[in-house]
Amino acid sequence: MAAGQDKAPFLGGTPGIISILVPTALFVWFAQFVPQVAAGEVLAWRFAWVPSLGVETGILLDGLSLSFALLISGIGALVTLYASSYMGGHVHYTRFVTYLLSFMTGMLGLVLSDNLLSLFVFWEITTISSYLLIGFDADQAKARRNALQALLVTGTGGLAFLAGIILIGFAAGTFDISAIEGSLAEHPLYLPIFLLVVAGAFTKSAQVPFHFWLPNAMAAPTPVSAYLHSATMVKGGVYLLARMNPSLGGTDIWFWTLVVFGGVTAVFASILALKQTDIKQVLAYTTLMALGTLVMFLGVGTPEAVKAAMTFLLVHSFYKAALFLMIGVVDHGTGTRDATVLRGLARAMPLTALAAGLAALSMAGIPPLFGFIGKEFMYKAALDADPAMLWVTACTFAASALMFAAAGVVAWRPFVGKLADTPVKAHEGGVAMLTGPLLLGALGLGLGLFPDYAEALVRPAAAAVAGVPVKVDLYLWGGVNTALILSLATFAVGFVIYLLHGRLRGWLGGWKSRFDPGWDRLMDWVAAGAKWQTRVIQTGQLRRYIFVTFLTLAFALGWSVWRGGIWPAIDLGDDLRVKHWSVLIFITAGAAIVAFTNSRMTAVAALGVVGVGVALIFIMFGAPDVAITQLLVEVLQVVLVAVAMLKLPLLNPERVKTLRIWDLGLALIIGGLTTLILLAVMATPFDLTLTEFFEATSAPLAYGRNIVNVILVDFRALDTFGEIAVVVIAALGAYALLRGTRKGME
Amino acid sequence: MRSSLIVRAATRLLVSLSLMFSIWMLLRGHNEPGGGFIGGLIGSTGFILYAIAHGSRAAREALRLDPQTIAVVGLGIALLAGVAAWIPGDALFTGQWLFLWPSEDSKGVPLSTVLVFDIGVYLVVLGSVLTLVLALEEEV
Repeated sequence: MAAGQDKAPFLGGTPGIISILVPTALFVWFAQFVPQVAAGEVLAWRFAWVPSLGVETGILLDGLSLSFALLISGIGALVTLYASSYMGGHVHYTRFVTYLLSFMTGMLGLVLSDNLLSLFVFWEITTISSYLLIGFDADQAKARRNALQALLVTGTGGLAFLAGIILIGFAAGTFDISAIEGSLAEHPLYLPIFLLVVAGAFTKSAQVPFHFWLPNAMAAPTPVSAYLHSATMVKGGVYLLARMNPSLGGTDIWFWTLVVFGGVTAVFASILALKQTDIKQVLAYTTLMALGTLVMFLGVGTPEAVKAAMTFLLVHSFYKAALFLMIGVVDHGTGTRDATVLRGLARAMPLTALAAGLAALSMAGIPPLFGFIGKEFMYKAALDADPAMLWVTACTFAASALMFAAAGVVAWRPFVGKLADTPVKAHEGGVAMLTGPLLLGALGLGLGLFPDYAEALVRPAAAAVAGVPVKVDLYLWGGVNTALILSLATFAVGFVIYLLHGRLRGWLGGWKSRFDPGWDRLMDWVAAGAKWQTRVIQTGQLRRYIFVTFLTLAFALGWSVWRGGIWPAIDLGDDLRVKHWSVLIFITAGAAIVAFTNSRMTAVAALGVVGVGVALIFIMFGAPDVAITQLLVEVLQVVLVAVAMLKLPLLNPERVKTLRIWDLGLALIIGGLTTLILLAVMATPFDLTLTEFFEATSAPLAYGRNIVNVILVDFRALDTFGEIAVVVIAALGAYALLRGTRKGME
Repeated sequence: MRSSLIVRAATRLLVSLSLMFSIWMLLRGHNEPGGGFIGGLIGSTGFILYAIAHGSRAAREALRLDPQTIAVVGLGIALLAGVAAWIPGDALFTGQWLFLWPSEDSKGVPLSTVLVFDIGVYLVVLGSVLTLVLALEEEV
């Protein structure tokens, strides 16, 4: 995949430079708000979205969205810089950065939206652009399949989320997040809202049992993995839970659902991580662990837990992005990502090793890196007096220990020892590729030594999530306490696991996950179901389609007649004159000929007779424009059908008698029902407001005496424009279709 | 497609008549029954007659432009007529009127974007119908 770094133009050429500058500029722009937001301010901009419906939307910049926005734009800048070198020579590089930037747009919109509806729009943008990114190597069946899987899983969750949003709108009376007052926990709709929102968040953030798509998403190019996994997409669900915590959190079901699923995801994923031999896969599973942990701590919801979650969010973003980018450099420099092959790379790739080391130390939670602080505060939050927290403590401990081992697998083993033979002779990556990993690795160290700087983001973020100000005081050394003892125990257990990991991998090798094959089976069922219903419904017989369509119409009409209680008095009255009767007979005769003739040509002509009769009715009731149009359209239709008929194969025109009886019955039913409804419509007083308006204003305002035409070209010109656009599109479509069949026949 | 000499001779006359008729219908549309839609239908009927008598190739040659092009150009003209309302700052598709040589008895000769719009409609209908019919003729 690491296509031609050597051929790549400087920084990927124009598209590359744009893709680097945009996130950099955004990062700088967002960074200027840090002091204000750190001081506890919440910045909001509002603007009209659909003014005619009174729908507004807004940007909400508080600690939570600012933290995410900085991660998205900052890591985005590093990733695009990296990609300019990693992917710069790729034929579809421009396409790639377009996808990446649209993903970034979606993600930024998602975290900044104050309106749930606009949030959802951006949510779906991230879904679609990540689909395009994961399936970027579209010539590989695996990439296509995995992209589709991600799309279907997160897309289905997205639909649930949309339903949840609508319910929230009902329950809270607003779609604006900042306008939702207090908690919705007491509301009767709370349970469905909770389930739907959590379904959206869990699929997006790959919680068990929806976790399987995320490691598969590794089919994407490495910069994408770094981006999707560290900063962004998968954290969309975490963001959503964090954002909704003040209005949906704090209940028992919130606590237990998040804590149990988060905990299971964290431990399950870190065990699976050790099973992998591809170091990119190891990282993918550790991402699941991080997501599970974040969800778990959001579920706990105490100020301490929220603080820990927000700290860990930063910790994880830095080290995970750095490690993914580092793996790309290794893959590029050696030609493999196999953990069982790579050894001793530190000599050949010292800078990569440095970046990997810093990031891995943070991942393992070793002091004095930022990761240590993150882990320490998680333990502090987990060691709450509440007995329910035993589960959280146990899960955190198990996951952290496994993470320690995984960090060793990813960033210790490949770099130490004797340099092993690799498909490509190991060499260091370029500046553009090393900037990101080194900078992010250094950040992990810097924030570990000076955690006060991280507080500026963690404090307002935690406050936004908790809904109340949270005291945040991050420090590296908190004296000897239970958390520290747990940390030391984690290192010990983690070290043992690391030593045993080769053997563990052997044991785990036989253990197959059933989720992913289960997905394939589900897809098979869906396909089989689709085939079955196609066979049943789509018979390919035009006659049957038309019959079913009209049968449905008959039911719909009958239902409205029955529900509406439409039984108008049928009063033929004195208004009916000879001319009316003649037209009636004329039309009926035409229709009867269509029904009984055995010749297609006669049927077409008779159909024209019906149309002419209808035109006559228009003339009688003073609508010459409509009558002319009707007449001309009838003529054209007859001509068109006749032209087409000339060359149609001469099927046996004798239609089956029993079928004709069915058709007759259906036709009579529809005709009768339509008549009933029309009579009922005529019986209601006709609203003449519009007619009077057009009559009064067409000449003075639009200088025309033909009201129909004035309406068409003046009062409702925009509608007409839309209609003629449709006419053009339909004609071009039909033309293409006819051309296509002709080519097919030649 | 072969057809009788009488039909061929008659259509030559009928086509020009129906084209003139269609343009007359188009122009009178604002005050009397007619307009772009009806005019377009009449015009296309004329060409279809011609196509039936002389074959679709001859009809295409008589048209000079591809019917699809005519349809799309018509759509563009209609759009321009609508957008022209922006020049004096009116809402989109507001009719703009200009009366040439007004006198005591009459307002003068009206020129309007509304007419331009109707011409666009005319061309769209003509082009779309002919696109379909000619393609069908050639196809079957």
